[in-house]
Order: sequence, then C-alpha cells, then structure tokens
Amino acid sequence: MVAATLQRHTDQARGASLHAEAVSHAFDIRGAPLPVLDQVSVTVAPGGFVALLGPSGCGKSTLLRLVAGLEPPDQGVITVGGQLVEGPDPSRLLVFQDPTLYPWRTVRGNVALGLEAQGVGRADRAARIDRALGLVGLSAFADAYPHQLSGGMAQRAALARALVNEPRLLLLDEPLGKLDALTRLAMQAEILRLWQEKRFTAVLVTHDVEEALILAERVIVLSDRPAAIRAELPVEAPYPRHRDDPDLVRLRRTILEILGQVT
Amino acid sequence: MRQGGRVGLGLVLPLALAIGWEIAIDPGLVSGRLLPPPSRIGATLLDLAASGDLLMHVQATLIRVGLGFLWGAAVGILAGGLVATLPTLRWLLDPSLQALRAVPSLAWVPLFILWFGILETPKVLLIAVGVFFPVYVGVSGAIASVDRKLIEVGRIFRLSRFGLARRILLPAVLPATLVGLRTGLGLGFLFVVAAELMGASEGLGYLLVDGQQFGKPDQIVAAIFDFAAAGKLADLVLMTLTRPLTRWQDTERESL
Repeated sequence: MVAATLQRHTDQARGASLHAEAVSHAFDIRGAPLPVLDQVSVTVAPGGFVALLGPSGCGKSTLLRLVAGLEPPDQGVITVGGQLVEGPDPSRLLVFQDPTLYPWRTVRGNVALGLEAQGVGRADRAARIDRALGLVGLSAFADAYPHQLSGGMAQRAALARALVNEPRLLLLDEPLGKLDALTRLAMQAEILRLWQEKRFTAVLVTHDVEEALILAERVIVLSDRPAAIRAELPVEAPYPRHRDDPDLVRLRRTILEILGQVT
Repeated sequence: MRQGGRVGLGLVLPLALAIGWEIAIDPGLVSGRLLPPPSRIGATLLDLAASGDLLMHVQATLIRVGLGFLWGAAVGILAGGLVATLPTLRWLLDPSLQALRAVPSLAWVPLFILWFGILETPKVLLIAVGVFFPVYVGVSGAIASVDRKLIEVGRIFRLSRFGLARRILLPAVLPATLVGLRTGLGLGFLFVVAAELMGASEGLGYLLVDGQQFGKPDQIVAAIFDFAAAGKLADLVLMTLTRPLTRWQDTERESL
C-alpha cells in the first residue's frame, strides 16, 4: 500500500496539480449578486482523486466550471500544473452530468472533436479514437449515433471524448447522476480503473456519499450555498473498496452528520 | 399496413369522387358546366401541354417562385444569423421585423404595384417577402436555442470561433433551418398566385384569372392541379437536395 502510494507520486507524467486559493464567486441574477462560492481553497496533488460533496445547488459545479476555465472567478486564484487558469484548455476537461454528445456526429465523430480542434492528423486521430473507445468498451458502437446509445453508453462515449485528449486533469460533474443504480456501480468501477491506468488528476462532484467514498482519496464536504468547506476527510481504505468496509461505513456516518442528515 | 396498401388507401377517396362525378354527368344527371368532369379537365391539360402553353405557364411560375425563394431564403438566413448572434442588431432590428411580419403580405400588393409596376420585380419581391419570414424566424430561433453545453464542450476543446460556427452551430441549426426553408417554399407558392393575380400574361396564376374571366372552369381546375403538382415537386427537390445534410436524423426516425 505504501509502495503503491509512492509509485503514484513518482509517476507524475500525466496528472497535474490543482490549487484553488480562496475562490469566491457570485452569479448575477437580474443585477443582484447571488454568492455561490465563499473562500473555497482546494489542493489536489498530481494524480490525486478528490471528491467534492455537498447539497445540490450548493455551488460545487460552479467550482468545476471555474477550474475548467469556462468563467473567471470573481475572487481568488486557480492554478493547474502551476499555471494560472485563464480560459478553457484541452488538458483540463469537464465531463457533464448529461453526456452532451453531438447528435449529428457518430460516437467516433464525437470522440474526434478535440483532436480535430487541435489539428491532429487523420491517421493518428483514428488510432487514438480506437484506443479510447476500446478503453471504455464502446468499440462495437463506434459508428452509432448518440440517440442509439443507452444512458450508460452515452456517458462512456463522453468519457472517451475526454480521455482521447489525454487530459492531465479530469473534472467530473456528477457524471453518473442520471444513470440507474446498476449502471452507476459499473461506471464507478470503470472510472476507478481509468484513473488508475491513466494517472490523470481527478476531481469528482457528487451528492452521493457512497460514490465519493468508493472513488476518492479525499472527500471535501461543502456547505449549503454559498459553498464553503465544512470538512476534509482522507479516505485511506485500499482500492478496490467495498461498500461495507467498516472504515467507509464510519466515514459515511461522519459525513452525513456534517451534512445534517443524521442526528 | 404495408406502404403500398397505405398509398392505395389514400387514393380511394379522390378516385371514387372523380369516377362518381364522371358517371353522374355523363347521362345528364348534373350539369358539368361549373365543375367539369375529370375527362374534360384531362383533355384541357393535354391540349395545353400539346400547344406548349402548359410548359410556358409552369416555367413562368417556377422561375418566379425560384427567384423569390432564393432571395427570400438568402436574406432570411443572413438576417436570422446576424440577429441571433449580435445582440445589438437584435434589439435594433427584431422588433421592426416582427411588426412587419404581422402585416398580411397581400397588403403589400398595391404598394409594390405603385412602386415597381406590374412586371416581374413586384412579383418576385412579394414572393421573397413571403419566403423571408419563416426562414428568418426559423434560423434566428434555432441559433438562439442551441444547447449552451454543446457550445461549452467546443470551447473546452478550444475550437476557434469559425470552428465553433462550422462544427457546432451550423449542424445544430440545420434541421430548423430546413423546416423554415420548406415552410418558406410553401408560402412562395401561395404568394405566386397572389402575384400573378395582380396582372400577368403568363404563369399558372394567369391561367386561373383567364379561366375565370372567360368562363373556363376546366382551365381553372387544370391550373389548380398543376399548382399541386409543381408545389409537391419543388418540395421533393428541396428535400432530396438537403437530405444528405441531415442524414443523422433519418437514422433517428428509423429507430423510432
């Protein structure tokens, strides 16, 4: 276990570190500011896996959008791999709750988008797409259109579309939130495997306590809006984790207490 | 039911009516003066075709619709695209355009005649006005309702503005644009009648007026029949030309 941790920290070829320093942000609702993030600081080591857990609508998705560079934060500084985030970049990719696939492109065409944007040559592109589709088990559906896929398969396609770009930081915004319970379990195992294989840094936003505990090395519990950090809990159980591991059960109870769901 | 059976069923009513009418007139049960029997209409059509008049009239009408459609669609796409992407232009133009849209297009006829006389210009212009609005509304509405997340995915991949427009915006608005074009083409045929009624020496609309003034109902019905055929044909051509652009929707429909 110690050896495995050591190995992860020496093999930093892919994962990028993430530092968010005292980030505050507000939405503008008809001219009135609605604060959603309040002095949130998050640090993730290269190759780490952190889950952001909080009540729905608390602003955790907003934090991911800021890290992805889709919007600049009102206050605070965000750096990824030591570089200030100033806009979107294909090295930090966001996977949404909806697969947001392009209905007019096949699965292959959807996965190709990022590579096309970066001007990767056709032959190289095809090889990388095949590899990414193989990675998520969608090779047989390469030429299907999104509407022909099930919810789980569509989300796999969205994962492949991100992974084909070899991101250094993968931002997962409740990617399994709309899947049925069984598919969700399978996809959790999938995400874990991809993370262990590809060694990107992962930040997962979820409101499923169990999902956070199964996947993440550290769970950050956020308060209601405006989101502030309530607690940071390391999860030390080795992978693959078991839902009824007594350590996880205890952590789960602690987290639910923090969230006010257990008295 | 099989496709052939369905088409056959659709033909039963018009065929029965036609045959019934023919049979009722033949022994003098009803007068065929105001509504001629199908045989006479067919003969009129053949006469018109044989003399070359039919081709001339159909050609005149199709050229007017074609020109009006091209102008109306081009300006509609351009205006719809600009208004949907540039807020300032939207606030400047959209209210006026929506107000103009509320004007029944036939109300322009007297003005167009005063301005442009009764030759081709006012006719093509009237048709173009009719085509413009559905295309404009379709394009601007389609651009405004493109899923914001689809654009964001493109931004994350750092597509250029041109890349976003070509790879995301264009395919996303294409289906609604085609619906607008199709509606526009239908309206084009509506307005070509109005345009040709305002004074023309050729065209299917002219056949209508001529038939009314000289009491030739068979010619009127023949012209109506030609309108149906020409309109359907034009729609078919538009659909066939644009089908490759929305092939993904075909597979969607098949899987329903």
